[in-house]
Amino acid sequence: MKPARLPAALWLSSGLLLALLYLLPHSAGLFAWLFPEVERPLYTQDSFASLVLAHLLLVLASSLIAVLGGVAAGLLASRPAGREFRPLLDSVLAISQALPPVAVLAIAAPLIGFGEWPALIALVLYGLLPVTQGTLAGLASVPDSVLEVARGLGMGRWRILWQVELPLAAPVLLAGVRTSVVINIGTAAIASTVGARTLGLPIIVGLSGFNTAYVLQGALLVALLAIVADQCFDWLAHRLSPHVGVEH
Amino acid sequence: MTMLELKAVNKFFNGWQAVADVDLQVAAGELAVLIGTSGSGKSTTLKMINRLIEPDSGSIRLAGEDIRSQPPEVLRRRIGYAIQSVGLFPHWTVEQNIAAVPSLLKWPKARIRERVVELLELLHLPAAQFLARYPHQLSGGQQQRVGVARALAADPEVLLMDEPFGALDPVTRGTLQQELLRIQALSGKTIVLVTHDIDEALLLGQRIVLMDKGRVVQQGSAQDFLLHPASDFVRDFVGQSDVGVRLLGLDTVASRMRPLQPVSGEPIAASATLREALSAFVARRVSSLPVIDAQGQPAGVLHFADLLPVAA
Ligand SMILES: Nc1ncnc2c1ncn2[C@@H]1O[C@H](COP(=O)(O)OP(=O)(O)OP(=O)(O)O)[C@@H](O)[C@H]1O
Ligand SMILES: [Mg+2]
Repeated sequence: MKPARLPAALWLSSGLLLALLYLLPHSAGLFAWLFPEVERPLYTQDSFASLVLAHLLLVLASSLIAVLGGVAAGLLASRPAGREFRPLLDSVLAISQALPPVAVLAIAAPLIGFGEWPALIALVLYGLLPVTQGTLAGLASVPDSVLEVARGLGMGRWRILWQVELPLAAPVLLAGVRTSVVINIGTAAIASTVGARTLGLPIIVGLSGFNTAYVLQGALLVALLAIVADQCFDWLAHRLSPHVGVEH
Repeated sequence: MTMLELKAVNKFFNGWQAVADVDLQVAAGELAVLIGTSGSGKSTTLKMINRLIEPDSGSIRLAGEDIRSQPPEVLRRRIGYAIQSVGLFPHWTVEQNIAAVPSLLKWPKARIRERVVELLELLHLPAAQFLARYPHQLSGGQQQRVGVARALAADPEVLLMDEPFGALDPVTRGTLQQELLRIQALSGKTIVLVTHDIDEALLLGQRIVLMDKGRVVQQGSAQDFLLHPASDFVRDFVGQSDVGVRLLGLDTVASRMRPLQPVSGEPIAASATLREALSAFVARRVSSLPVIDAQGQPAGVLHFADLLPVAA
């Protein structure tokens, strides 16, 4: 295993996020100067920290479900017994990805009501595809010779899955999870349109009230959050594959 | 004692017969070589022995026991398996790779470590240098050695090898072939090795089994194949025009040399093959060669005419 030292980029981006969270509530003056035409230049309906927390919770919950579901679907479709479900799975995933997030929210909201639930469902649907694809691609990248020898040496099916297939699929699988989470951080902002409390609130309030300052404040935080998450995955990916010999 | 016995074994893939009525007996401690053209069913036959492929009919016995009498995983841990593409686990170190089967068998840690070190030394890979390396840090030949060490790790009753030296350069292949012979002499392992290189088969095989279109067309010793080919196919396969030199390759200088008579010139080792001696006669343009033993002491002399066997 590589030493657990965090890379500079991760320190920098998370430092920036914390600094922004601390400074934003004190930056009314700055935004008043930047946007003189706006009457109330600082979003104050909710604290930014609580919005970041709510946003993260929503992303975490939906990503957790998407990862569990996506890995399970990928595993099932890659087993000999599940191979016939592969085409079905492919089309379901393609459809779920072809629907824009706003459309999923628009369909889900009247059915389930407003709030966190339709947002969660839309995010899970969105998160599934990259995870499933990553799982399938990761498992497919395990060399046949390695699997043949694993069986030939007398490893059982579960042991091969846990000790050989999943560890070798991990880097590609993790890349799928990374895509899924980063996309979900952005999509979660849109979920505010159906009443979920996320960092999308200042953006949507700002858009409907012609308040560019609000939009900027929300967008800055969402973008930084996505960068921090991406950097976390970058670091994790390096730690996970000592055998590939990546130096950094 | 018969270690391995295949009786009337058949295998079909989608109605197409890949292995047809194969009968095969390998004695304990014997090195059998399966040889044949591509697609002749060698690998399929080998994989039926460790149940990576299940035969459609026929019986296979290991040490007298039907191989279906125990779960495939248990059977496979008694049988070493090494293949051309090696298939080392890329995320495991050399040590972990070699320890794969002993770990499955739950050997104590100290015993596993001891065994791994012993095997690395056996295959001329210094343990201190190689234990902690990952497969991508090894050359192809070193990977192949680790693959063989892994197959030998739990001291299996039988070793199955599918073109283990196929992807190597001739020099490395030659070295590893010699090492295999040495390991087999040391351990007395029963080995079934697949190849499509006739020279490898003649060098290694105590019993050679030639397959064509899923059938065994001839089996026997190297001599049998060279002197008594069963058909034109066999004759072609062993290389009609090279039969003479290949026959010379089966015997050593020691078997034909005469007692000491002083001759001058660069000596040849008593353990060299007659084929090498022939090459030396021609290359050095001499008709007699001094022979030395393993200690480098003069042992005798070999004349060019000695290459011809004494008429029976
Ligand atoms: N799993 C499989 N499904 C269908 N056909 C197969 C399968 N495995 C092998 N075959 C076919 O069976 C025949 C024998 O294959 P096998 O691998 O035993 O040949 P081989 O003698 O080892 O050849 P090579 O020297 O090329 O390795 C080939 O024609 C091959 O296409
Ligand atoms: Mg083969």
